[in-house]
Amino acid sequence: MFQIRIHGRGGQGVVTAAELLSLAAFADGKHAQAFPSFGSERTGAPVTSFCRVDDREIRTREPVVAPDALVVQDATLLHHVDVFAGLRPEGYVLINSARPFAELGLEEWARAFRAERLRCVPASDIAREHPGARPNAALLGGLAALTGVVTLDSLIGAIEQRFGGRGRAGPNAQAARVCFERVSPPPLQAPSGARRTFANGGPARARARARGTPSNA
Amino acid sequence: MLEQIEGSQAVARAVASCRPEVIPAYPISPQTHIVEALSAIVKAGELGSCQFVNVESEYAAMSVAIGASATGARTYTATASQGLLYMAEALYNASGLGLPIVMTLANRAIGAPINIWNDHSDSMSQRDCGWIQLFVESNQQAADTHVLAFRLAEELSLPVMVCMDGFVLTHAYERVDVPSPEQVARFLPPYEPRQVLDPDEPITIGAMVGPEAFMEVKYLAHLKQMQALDLIPALAFELGEALGREQGALVRSYEADGAETVIVALGSVLGTIEDAVEELREKGVSVGAVSLRTFRPFPLAELRAALQGAKRVVVLEKALALGIGGIVSQNVRIAIAGCDTHVHTVIAGLGGRPITMASLCELLRDADAERLEPMTFLDLDHELVERELQRTRAKRRSGPHAENMLRDIGVVAAGPV
Repeated sequence: MFQIRIHGRGGQGVVTAAELLSLAAFADGKHAQAFPSFGSERTGAPVTSFCRVDDREIRTREPVVAPDALVVQDATLLHHVDVFAGLRPEGYVLINSARPFAELGLEEWARAFRAERLRCVPASDIAREHPGARPNAALLGGLAALTGVVTLDSLIGAIEQRFGGRGRAGPNAQAARVCFERVSPPPLQAPSGARRTFANGGPARARARARGTPSNA
Repeated sequence: MLEQIEGSQAVARAVASCRPEVIPAYPISPQTHIVEALSAIVKAGELGSCQFVNVESEYAAMSVAIGASATGARTYTATASQGLLYMAEALYNASGLGLPIVMTLANRAIGAPINIWNDHSDSMSQRDCGWIQLFVESNQQAADTHVLAFRLAEELSLPVMVCMDGFVLTHAYERVDVPSPEQVARFLPPYEPRQVLDPDEPITIGAMVGPEAFMEVKYLAHLKQMQALDLIPALAFELGEALGREQGALVRSYEADGAETVIVALGSVLGTIEDAVEELREKGVSVGAVSLRTFRPFPLAELRAALQGAKRVVVLEKALALGIGGIVSQNVRIAIAGCDTHVHTVIAGLGGRPITMASLCELLRDADAERLEPMTFLDLDHELVERELQRTRAKRRSGPHAENMLRDIGVVAAGPV
């Protein structure tokens, strides 16, 4: 089973993101379960949603306590909410930020994890480049590239299924595609260890992004 | 056709497949998505002349449902929590008059303190109001059980409440094969009321009954509910044939046969329980689980059979009867009266507290090792309680518990006193 936890703020489509992910996983032939952190979500308040993907029936209903992947839609939560709680050592992290991990004050924390699985992607910037798109859809493209939990085709299909009737499918699908390309393929791991990859790769990729070139160019 | 769909949407469409004729509704979390979806279906003209009535309260919702049902219309509504309490008087009237209304209860806690999260306090508060209560474990069961509910209600002329965990199920996206109108039509015949208000053949419904016959009318209502114990398994089998998948009926066992410790629970927590049971069995712990699918009428004989041979029974309850403890466990004790079986009450998941696999495993291990007390509260923060108790001992005007405790754990919403 692969478990994803998504953190963001009310109004950012955190719940929708988990739902889209489950639609995509279903289209891939997997069992999937998506649900929000139950509560009276308010605009701007921290919101969490969950998605599980498995090849067999998913029975559990507990919140995702030990995620395989984390998506942080709003980097202002990083030092406000314990978004990393329970993250598995092999886990993936995708943060919506134009800044690299090192500049988010997470360098120390990141040492315990596999550097090539920790990524920042400027999903809000990408969404703005596609009027009508939202960062949540863009981030899911990045998550698909980073983890392979869903295929890009199924994700685009889910976006079209969900937003097709409202004319927002196009820009969201495009933003997801751009984000997918920025994040994939996962960068090769430097032989000398995770930290070096992190330290060298993060800012370099960020500069590449700033120039508007693909991050892996 | 299997699809990935939100539980509320699945229920709305399953209900629509049953062709209701009147839907009076008032919104309340976590039920709102269901009636919202149904209002869209009605508006789109998919249910012909079906009337969706926006009412001003839950009391009105149930009152309109009573009126509609009495005129022979297939009637549906949904509510939760305080909404159910607000319609309490009308609930007794619906059952007392023998009106086959079907209602979804999206289970939610009851305040104060105000809380919109899931537990079973609402269902349990109305367990004796004369409605049949069916509990579901998944959204597939939720969708299918509504189809069964209409047939059951109309055959017995009794109202049926389908209890599904609020948020946990109503807001979860998972795969569901929603029963189609064609499938439902093969199982659910058009509604043929046993009593109907018809201007062409005028009758009255709702006479005042004095001491001379009140007990007899009530006795008959009890008799009718008890008939459901035979009817539910028969209908579940028939619906299973019509939909091509097995349907739960009164109780469902999971690895309970021969298990020394059997955990009994209702609703969606069974999924997590099954995972816990599987993990513990792999490690050689003799545990099993029983799901109470039907809570009213209470399946005494079936539960007794399912628990036969268990050394101890752990009843996991999502409601608390203040002053006594467990509600479900009182019923379970009646079912196994005379057996040499210990019954442990575990209050869990109140107000949306997550019931985790880790806590369940620890609980069952404790039970297995005979370390479990007769009554426990799963994952209760004893320290938090103790701090508040100390405050109340130290000072007479120590302030409201809820606000004090929220401040202790650092929740901002508490605000200054």
